[in-house]
Amino acid sequence: MAMKRIGVFICHCGRNIAGTVDVKRVAEEIGKREDVAFSTTYVFMCSQPGQKLIEDSVKKYNLDGVVVANCSPTLHEKTMRNAAARAGLNPYRVEIANIREWAAWPHEDNPDAATRKAIRIINATIEKLKANASLEPIEVPVIRRALVIGGGVAGMQAALDIADSGIETILVEKEATIGGNMFRLSETFPTLDCPQCILTPKMNDVAAHPNIKLYTYSEVEDVEGFMGNFKVKIKKKATFVDWDKCTGCGECLRVCPAHADSEFDLKMAKRTSIYIANEQAVPLKALIDENSCIRLQFEKKVKEGKIKPKKNVKICSKCADVCEPNAIHFQNNEEIVEEEVGAIIVATGYEVMPAEAFPELGGKYPDVITSLQFERLLAPSGPTAGIPRRPSDGKVPESIAFVHCVGSRDPQNGVPYCSRICCMYTIKQAMLVKHAMHDAAVYDFYIDIRSNGKGYEEFYHRAKEEYGVNFIRGKVSKVYKVGDKYRVQGVDTLTGRIVEVDVDMVVLATAAKGSSTVKEIAKKLRIPYDEWGWLKETHLKLKPLETPVGGVFIAGAAQFIKDITDSVSQGSGAAAKVMALLSKPELEKEPLLAKVDPEICAGCGRCKDQCAYDAITIDPVRHVSVVNEALCEGCGACSANCPTTAIQVVNFKKGQVVRAIDVLAEVF
Amino acid sequence: MTEKKFDPVIVGFFCNWCTSAAADLAGTSRLHYPASIKPIRVMCSSTVDPVYLVRALQEGADATILGGCHPGDCHYITGNYKARRRVAIVKTVLKSLGFEDTRVLLEWISGSEGPKFARVMNDYTDYIKKCGPSEFKYLDSLGGEKVD
Repeated sequence: MAMKRIGVFICHCGRNIAGTVDVKRVAEEIGKREDVAFSTTYVFMCSQPGQKLIEDSVKKYNLDGVVVANCSPTLHEKTMRNAAARAGLNPYRVEIANIREWAAWPHEDNPDAATRKAIRIINATIEKLKANASLEPIEVPVIRRALVIGGGVAGMQAALDIADSGIETILVEKEATIGGNMFRLSETFPTLDCPQCILTPKMNDVAAHPNIKLYTYSEVEDVEGFMGNFKVKIKKKATFVDWDKCTGCGECLRVCPAHADSEFDLKMAKRTSIYIANEQAVPLKALIDENSCIRLQFEKKVKEGKIKPKKNVKICSKCADVCEPNAIHFQNNEEIVEEEVGAIIVATGYEVMPAEAFPELGGKYPDVITSLQFERLLAPSGPTAGIPRRPSDGKVPESIAFVHCVGSRDPQNGVPYCSRICCMYTIKQAMLVKHAMHDAAVYDFYIDIRSNGKGYEEFYHRAKEEYGVNFIRGKVSKVYKVGDKYRVQGVDTLTGRIVEVDVDMVVLATAAKGSSTVKEIAKKLRIPYDEWGWLKETHLKLKPLETPVGGVFIAGAAQFIKDITDSVSQGSGAAAKVMALLSKPELEKEPLLAKVDPEICAGCGRCKDQCAYDAITIDPVRHVSVVNEALCEGCGACSANCPTTAIQVVNFKKGQVVRAIDVLAEVF
Repeated sequence: MTEKKFDPVIVGFFCNWCTSAAADLAGTSRLHYPASIKPIRVMCSSTVDPVYLVRALQEGADATILGGCHPGDCHYITGNYKARRRVAIVKTVLKSLGFEDTRVLLEWISGSEGPKFARVMNDYTDYIKKCGPSEFKYLDSLGGEKVD
């Protein structure tokens, strides 16, 4: 039922269009068409009287379609559709012909060509519009629950904010405690707060919140569904301890004879095989590391047939023996749980490149460590109780060199970008070294100091002026061992001299990258990421929290390395996005989606191969394609691959586009 | 008959998220390019059926240009890769029929690349002007005679 009574409204946009395009001539030319019932021009179509003109004309001329020739549809498509809707016309019977950005402005040097091009664009738009169907927005029900992946400061903030609004929130953390990297830090810049003091209240709030369901030592295994209706499988990793019984008393830790590197202390200390992530862990529960536990290793080897146990052999069960509540059972208690949520926030945070990746800067030596590792040595709760000691011999260093931009701003050896937080935390660490050891010599090799935050530049000046840290502007080329010391060879670009200092320890501010688990999670959620492991936002400037997948948001350093202030802000921001999404019982979705004509469809599945959203399935009974409207985004990739035109995007049908092409390609 | 100056017709298929936005930006920045470019907005470069490109050439266009998001930046995740394959196929077909495959152009132009949009449109129009009118539109007259 092609439209026969179309109204065409040509906007002057002041002089923006009318100054170049002869709008009167356009209206006359278009008015000659048989299917156009009414064409007119107006000075500002987007103004109130302009919109009124559309409303009145739709009623007066009983229009069945409307073309507004004005600016880009990104600006006023909604305005015009709403105006038509107020007059009772289905809003999907309104199309915009962009004659400002696409004709008047780029061809202002040739008014005649611009006018002819405007006519052609409007004619093509009319041809496309003629077969438009009346549509209603699709309503999708919403599950009023949220999932936050990652229990660092951004994820905790997001979970708390959502939970406070009365929405049940699930928080999944891969490590045995929440708190993330922030909980590893010694003190924070520029306020020198102790993260343990400011973060533990938040961690306890998360654990105690009636609307938060916490899964620690768990990972997201699988995600299905779409905005408003996600089904998530969560793997609770094996702890070999019954957490319902465990009281976190720590008796087992005292008797365990086996050891491994501490995850929380980033290899700066050992922990026992049965362990609690740290003394302030939330939840405060013990778990067994399968790979270092004597008993579990023994049982594994027996199971694999590698060893045959002698009869009556006594295997280590020291932890279970001292456990009063009988929580330790040594049974593999891995479990998959399923949760349904309406929205997801990814807050998987960051990692730093390991020191070993930089052998030329001494990364192979034990006393050359990353800044994040050094945080543990500076932390009062850390393995050295806040007085740094060399990992190799436990000696308190008398001199320390800090090296900025290790791998950052260095595409050959690391990453091209600035890792953003290193300048500030290195300055902070230099200060804290001076706090702990007043006489220590501190050298800080930097390229530029980037202190772009509230109170940051002042903080830098304090380090320079009050603490006497030696700032040397220049890159370090080499770190090598000389006797008991490490020789740091660099250049001072301010004096133009080669600098060599011998120090006891070297701290490398290595480049930050996205969490190593993020790629796996991103694939499950079908959200994009870059080669460095950062998640890609929808728009860097205006939609930094959104992803192209509806209902999935990003918070904190998962998007790009951030300091605590920004991570917390983003956590709250993403929470607000989720709350807005979940505040309605049903979601409205644009109905411009793929639709299958089952009369023609042969069920070949070529459309299914093209779909990036897994929105198409083949009905096994009728053997035709079926589109899941909630998943479909309306890109039309399927339709271009369909050999029979059975699958097409509504209001972007092939016949419509071809008719528009014919007008555009015509020679006249 | 005096030879009229050749003013080509080039149909442009611009994806909604990148190249249409670039065209908007080029306009807003008052960057000039020839009116030979006849644009149509499509949701994604991957929605452009090879038939669309051939149809445009058949109906009178001297060339077609398809603009999409840069590889890796597609709003629909991988649509531009699909478009790239489709354009490759159209080019192969045109070539094997004895026509210039340069009359189909695929360009990645992001929403921030208004100047690139204008440059590509200028360069391509100049190029097509040099090539002269497309023979493809005369396919209807199988005898090889050109129909006016």
